[in-house]
Amino acid sequence: MSGILPLRLEGVSFAAGGRTIIEPLTLTLEAGASTIILGANGAGKSVLMRLMHGLLAPSTGRVAWSNNGPRWRQAMVFQRPVMLRRSALANVLYALDAAGVFAADRARSAREALAEVGLSHVAERPARVLSGGEQQRLALARAWALHPEVLFLDEPTANLDPGATHEIENVIRAFDASGTKIVMSTHSLGQARRLGDEVIYLHQGRVLERAPIERFFPQPASPEATAFVKGELPWA
Amino acid sequence: MLEAILGGLRLVATLDLRLWEIVALSLAVSLSAVALATLLGLPLGAAIAVGRFAGRQAAIVVLNALMGLPPVVVGLFIYLLLSRAGPLGELGLLFTPPAMVIAQTVLVLPIIAALARQAVEDAWREYEEQLRSLGVDGLRGALTVLWDIRFSLLTAVLAGLGRASAEVGAVMIVGGNIDGVTRVMTTTIALETSKGDLPLALGLGMVLIAIVLALNAAAHLVKAAAERRYG
Repeated sequence: MSGILPLRLEGVSFAAGGRTIIEPLTLTLEAGASTIILGANGAGKSVLMRLMHGLLAPSTGRVAWSNNGPRWRQAMVFQRPVMLRRSALANVLYALDAAGVFAADRARSAREALAEVGLSHVAERPARVLSGGEQQRLALARAWALHPEVLFLDEPTANLDPGATHEIENVIRAFDASGTKIVMSTHSLGQARRLGDEVIYLHQGRVLERAPIERFFPQPASPEATAFVKGELPWA
Repeated sequence: MLEAILGGLRLVATLDLRLWEIVALSLAVSLSAVALATLLGLPLGAAIAVGRFAGRQAAIVVLNALMGLPPVVVGLFIYLLLSRAGPLGELGLLFTPPAMVIAQTVLVLPIIAALARQAVEDAWREYEEQLRSLGVDGLRGALTVLWDIRFSLLTAVLAGLGRASAEVGAVMIVGGNIDGVTRVMTTTIALETSKGDLPLALGLGMVLIAIVLALNAAAHLVKAAAERRYG
């Protein structure tokens, strides 16, 4: 089966309510390297990821995958996971069902996915009573069960404490190790360093630079990114 | 006064046939009306909740306003429709239980639809992106959301049932309060009170309050149990 990557954004922009949120941009995401979308709050990170994932339609330009694979070849984990009012296991089963996996194979895949994120012991618990960190891991299990080619993560640890963040990052590394392309937005510099191979720096809806991690952090090219990395307010 | 209360209790406790016939007809009429209103109201509410059409805001305002429809006005409206000279006069439904079901359905439909609309809209706002991300769209997404909030919807249905079983005006006008045919709890209470037969009125009043209390307790318990179970 040929892959859906690379993903090409050609002249993509997005405006809503008369306000431009993403300025026209062209970029290509290849398989392999983990891509971190970095930027301050309101830079347009979430909107950019939703455009890539197909949850938003671009105002101009087009988002083109190299193959129009089925939906489940890409998955997304949101800042706030949304769980159905049923058990943790049933939430994973639902995603497998939606992806068209045969009923006979669902239970095994779902159990494996829960084990992968360390949630086997709460499989029968209602998903909505799990802690924030557990729910986010469950969201990752839901994605893991599908073995997506691309995983989008929109600030997946923004609401979590350091312990839960650490666990989520371990699962993201496991995705990376299993060959899933990671595309993650964050405003945490530490997280970008820990998980990323390359950085796309977004500022007020524009991609100011794109560089490998080891080049970006010591010496960003743009003054805005330099200020961001130093922890200065870019508008000050 | 005490005598009347005791008399009422005796009628309830001795399973007085006349009293229980009236209770049975009341329940049959109101349950039928709520079943119909649910069948129509849930899809209507869901459609307004997730639909994107011109006049949607107006539809919501109208629907919410209709929750407060005065029963006598609904009764009058259905009376005009069903009266011999009215457009549906040939059906010969006026002063029959089906006419009462129709009137209560009209009365309850906006309540169920408006409450369902709010519940579905809130849930849809929360679920939409996640479901679309999973590749779940359209009808399947709608069914998933409806099933997930089924206990909130049950509350909407029970609110409708409470309204139907407690109203007097609509069933009085289109039913005519005919003894043994269209006499229900509320209309009997109104009539017997004015006639001075307080035991029957009080007995029915007790049953009616017990039913409304039981319904609300059931709704509360179901919802609490569901929240414990499903979060």
